[in-house]
Amino acid sequence: MSDPGPDRRPRPDPAGTPGPGGSTVVGRAGAACAVRGIDKRYGAAIALQGVSLEFAAGEIHALVGENGAGKSTLGKIIAGAVAPDAGEILVDGEPVSHRSPRDAIRYGIGIIEQEFALAPDLSVLDNVFLGVELGRRGLVDRAQQRERFAELAERVGFRPRPSAVVRTLRTADQQKVEILRQLVRDTRLIVMDEPTAALTRDEADRLLEITRELRDDGVTVIYVSHILGDVLALCDTVTVLKDGRHVKTAPASEETSDSLVTAMLGRSLDVAFPTPVAPPADAPVVLAVRGLSRPPAFQDISFEVRAGEIVGLAGLVGSGRTEIARAIFGADPCEGTIELDGRAVRTRSPRSSIRRGMALLPESRKDQGLVMVRPLNENVTMAHVGTVSRRGVLQRRREQQVVGDTLKSVDARTGSQSLPVSSLSGGNQQKAALAKWLVKTPRLLLADEPTRGIDVGAKRAIYDLIHGLAADGLGVLLISSELGEVLGLAHRVIAVRAGRIVGEYAGDQADEETVMRAVFGSV
Amino acid sequence: MSEQGAAPLRGAVSRSPLASVSGTVELLREYMIVVCVVVLFLVLTFTSDTFLTSTNLLNVLQQVAPVGMVAFALTFLLIVGEFDLSSGALFVLTGVLAAKLQPHFGTWPALALATLAATAGGLINGLLVSYARINSFVCTLATSLMVAGLSNVITKGFLVTVDDQGFFALGTNELFGVKYSIWILIVAAFACGFVLSRTKFGRWLYAVGGNPEAARLSGINTRAMKVAAFTFSGLAAGIGGAIVVSRTATGQAGNGIDVVFGAFAAVVVGGTSVMGGRGAIWRTALGILFLALITNGFNLLQVEPVYQSIIQGAIILTAVAIDSLSRRAT
Repeated sequence: MSDPGPDRRPRPDPAGTPGPGGSTVVGRAGAACAVRGIDKRYGAAIALQGVSLEFAAGEIHALVGENGAGKSTLGKIIAGAVAPDAGEILVDGEPVSHRSPRDAIRYGIGIIEQEFALAPDLSVLDNVFLGVELGRRGLVDRAQQRERFAELAERVGFRPRPSAVVRTLRTADQQKVEILRQLVRDTRLIVMDEPTAALTRDEADRLLEITRELRDDGVTVIYVSHILGDVLALCDTVTVLKDGRHVKTAPASEETSDSLVTAMLGRSLDVAFPTPVAPPADAPVVLAVRGLSRPPAFQDISFEVRAGEIVGLAGLVGSGRTEIARAIFGADPCEGTIELDGRAVRTRSPRSSIRRGMALLPESRKDQGLVMVRPLNENVTMAHVGTVSRRGVLQRRREQQVVGDTLKSVDARTGSQSLPVSSLSGGNQQKAALAKWLVKTPRLLLADEPTRGIDVGAKRAIYDLIHGLAADGLGVLLISSELGEVLGLAHRVIAVRAGRIVGEYAGDQADEETVMRAVFGSV
Repeated sequence: MSEQGAAPLRGAVSRSPLASVSGTVELLREYMIVVCVVVLFLVLTFTSDTFLTSTNLLNVLQQVAPVGMVAFALTFLLIVGEFDLSSGALFVLTGVLAAKLQPHFGTWPALALATLAATAGGLINGLLVSYARINSFVCTLATSLMVAGLSNVITKGFLVTVDDQGFFALGTNELFGVKYSIWILIVAAFACGFVLSRTKFGRWLYAVGGNPEAARLSGINTRAMKVAAFTFSGLAAGIGGAIVVSRTATGQAGNGIDVVFGAFAAVVVGGTSVMGGRGAIWRTALGILFLALITNGFNLLQVEPVYQSIIQGAIILTAVAIDSLSRRAT
């Protein structure tokens, strides 16, 4: 049993690393990787355009950029989790074609995503060896596994209890299991996608240490993150992406968080924005929130939205912006006070919020906004069926008219109202999701990612609609991953970072650089 | 009673790439049950002399009335995204209770009280599923066991026979030459169809089953919808049980508990989705008819009854496979 013996796993070793995997630490080499001319589109949105990059063996290479710059997509393409539309990937100089993470593993490439790919009810040991169990003829040799586990745990300097059930572990420890799992597969290049996003500061520091140890042990790491401090402290090389294009690659020692933010600036916008019409200064306050908290998502949030005003909430993914909007709408519980039209909102549920005149255009129209299997008309009148029914009975003719008028007002081009909403294009679906809140004009619209994944024409139409609504006296809270969208539409911008308001910028103060520095925390 | 008429047909055509496969599956899912019922009806008409007689057809309807009631309620539950295994047990409890209570309260009050008890059972199921957040399958399996046990306690294992001839009224009396139970089934079909397709409540049921999160964010009280559907399921089981007991005037624990399987078969064969948000009463009505015609046909053509359940099982599998394939296609 104690014989470290030859590795009996049937898996081929395409890189031709000699000797038994892992039994000798010396001599391992990280994989060098290069991408050439990578293109990727998601429907109408361009994620990556002609990206070419080199990742040297055994370095920690950061990919940074604004939301939607394409950094996560590039990481996923390298790890085979996403297929590029064009371009090639080379590992140690050899072109590879992998179509799945499973393929990528054969080339020694692995990814640790934000959502872990663990089997939560299995033990740490079982998870680490899942799919590459040691043993013979279908029988698992646990003793051998435990031995190898101890060896690997030693190597990277942490040791979760092998028999612990993964579900019971903290996020940080689950992540360590993910790392061990990569090592057991002899991964020579690991992509880490926002690895510290869900960790406390202490845990994050520990992860940085582990990552360094991985590098020293000969693993190449591609580190995708928007926490610039970590990137500068950890990485050897930094690449900045913007709008899916490569901006620059430089040694981390030559960069500062200032210089990185500067490189991200000037993100081009593919759409023109309507000219903003500022609301009068004495416009009444529609929404006032004070001391709103829902730890750990957000804390101590206070701001106001006036009638006719579009307030933009700018922040990175995970900064708490979506959670703030959901809490105001009553979809999630929270501490603090919410006032609508000067009156405190005590009953917090979507139902009572809607009755008081709030509307939430949620982040994901497919999962939260629309019932995809139901027809268009039912979706549009869903939140206000009462307006097209009498004593509980639907007035079908009236409904048809109301739906038709509302869809027209949002410029949705749709066929029959009785078609399932899933048959519409993304842009028209989004217009339908918005139309749902215009059957009865609200006082406050919370618009979360109102233009995600829709084409340029539909984007412009949504911008015009939001502007029109504000001009009619609605208060609008606008959330978007595209900073340009927030800056282009909002009269006032509130920057949030790590669940707190870090800046508020009215009109001309709200320039791209200031807001971007605030959301990245490099003031 | 109809859902959106020919609309999905056009939807299938407009989805261009690879649409031929998913389109065909979609079309099958939409209208297969109509074709099946029509074909079966014609086949039986031509192969059996006794099939197309009013005696036979009324007999078929009378036989399916109890299971039909349960199936209509189950349609509501599947649409709202839940399931009820306990309606069989509640169905039996109603019969036992009615027979037991009849000597004390008289025929109609006894039937009403027994039905009310079943309704209360449904309400409890609904509260457990909605507020204690117990999976509806597990919850109703457990309550089903409890209710079945209760029926045994009440009967102490014996048959409960009612001597009063007036007790047979609901099950055997006729109006315009058609039995009460058939009238109840027909009225229930139209009422349920109306509620589902023409009322605010029906809309909300579809929304909750189709996407609970979107429904909640639209201000719909998703829990109340589920409680209502379960309560209705209890009521329907009660009515079904009342019909059966007043046909035989005998309450027997354990007899008829499998009515829920026949009802479930009818609902899915009709094309109501087991994944929530899609379905209609006319579908269930045709599903009931289809299964009843198969049974009737087997009897008329003197096929061994043992083959019937094999064929029924195969039909259910086919129906569910088509539902699941069409979901994947969209």
